Amino acid sequence: MNENLFTSFITPVILGLPLVTLIVLFPSLLFPTSNRLVSNRFVTLQQWMLQLVSKQMMSIHNSKGQTWTLMLMSLILFIGSTNLLGLLPHSFTPTTQLSMNLGMAIPLWAGAVITGFRNKTKTSLAHFLPQGTPTPLIPMLVIIETISLFIQPMALAVRLTANITAGHLLIHLIGGATLALMSISTTTALITFTILILLTILEFAVAMIQAYVFTLLVSLYLHDNT
Amino acid sequence: MNQPLQRSVGGEPVCSQGLRPLCSAERETLGVRECTCISDESDGLLEFCDVPLKEKKLLEVKLGELPSWILMRDFTPSGIAGAFQRGYYRYYNKYVNVKKGSIAGLSMVLAAYVFLNYCRSYKELKHERLRKYH
Repeated sequence: MNENLFTSFITPVILGLPLVTLIVLFPSLLFPTSNRLVSNRFVTLQQWMLQLVSKQMMSIHNSKGQTWTLMLMSLILFIGSTNLLGLLPHSFTPTTQLSMNLGMAIPLWAGAVITGFRNKTKTSLAHFLPQGTPTPLIPMLVIIETISLFIQPMALAVRLTANITAGHLLIHLIGGATLALMSISTTTALITFTILILLTILEFAVAMIQAYVFTLLVSLYLHDNT
Repeated sequence: MNQPLQRSVGGEPVCSQGLRPLCSAERETLGVRECTCISDESDGLLEFCDVPLKEKKLLEVKLGELPSWILMRDFTPSGIAGAFQRGYYRYYNKYVNVKKGSIAGLSMVLAAYVFLNYCRSYKELKHERLRKYH
C-alpha cells in the first residue's frame, strides 16, 4: 500500500530516456491551429473559449499589461489541459511535480516584479508600505511586506502542486477503499463509491480552477507593476 | 481533356464514359486525395507495370521484398519527423477537420493516451491483481 500510493507520481523514464518530455508536450497536440475564417467544430470551440477567457482576464490591464496576453493565455491553457489530462486513468500529471511549478511561477513573478521596478520604481517601492500605517509600526511592516512579496512565487507553486497532488491521492485512496470494502459490506462500498463520484466531479472543477487561479494571480502581480 | 469529377455513393471517384479517374497519393498531399478525370486512351503512357520499390506502400510490398523495403526507408531525423507529421495530418484530416466532426475524434486520441500510459506503468500495476498470494 505504501509503495503503491506514490508510484503514480514518479517521473516516467523508459529505458533511461525521459518519457516525461513527451507527456509534457502531449497537450499541444490537442490544440490545433487553423488559418481559416470558418474552421472545423473543434477549432471553432477552442477559439470561442479562448476569446471568452482572454476578454475576462485581460480587460483589467492597460496597454502595457496587455502585451502579456499571449503568455498568460498559453499558461492557463497549459495548466488547465495538463490538469484535466491527469484525471484520466493511469496518466502522469506534470503539475504534481514541484520542480515544474516552481519553474513556471518564479520566472513569471520575477518578470512582473522587475518590470515594475524598472518602469515605475517609486510606485513599486511604495507597495512595501500600506497607506495610513502608524509611524512606530513602519519598520516592522516593511519587513513583513518584503517577506510577503518574496513568498508569492513559492505560494503560487506550492498551491498548485498541493491541490493537484492531494486530489489525486484522495482519488487513489477512496478508490482503493471502495474495492477493499466490496467483499466486506456492499452498502458501505456503495456509499464510498458515491463519495468517489463526488470527488471526481470536484477534481474536474479543481483542475480548471487551479489553472485560473494561477493565471489570475500572475496577472494581478502584473497589474500592480505596470 | 479534364472533366469535372463525380463521386459515387461509396465515395469513390467516377468519371463519364471514356474517362477514368487519376488520384494523387494520399501521403504526398497530407491525407487528402486529389483526383481528376483523364482520357482512357492514354493507358500506356501513365500505367507503370513496375513501380519502383521505394514508392510502394506497405500493403503493396511483397513479403520477400520486405527487408529491402524497410532498409530503404528514410530514417534520418527529418525523415522521421516527416513521418510523424504525415501521420498527424492523416488523422486530423480524417476525423477532426471535417464538416461535422464529433467527439470521436478527440476520444480516440485520449483512449490511445490512456492505453499507452497503462502499458508504461504495467510493471507496477501487475502487483495489484486480485490474488490470494502476491
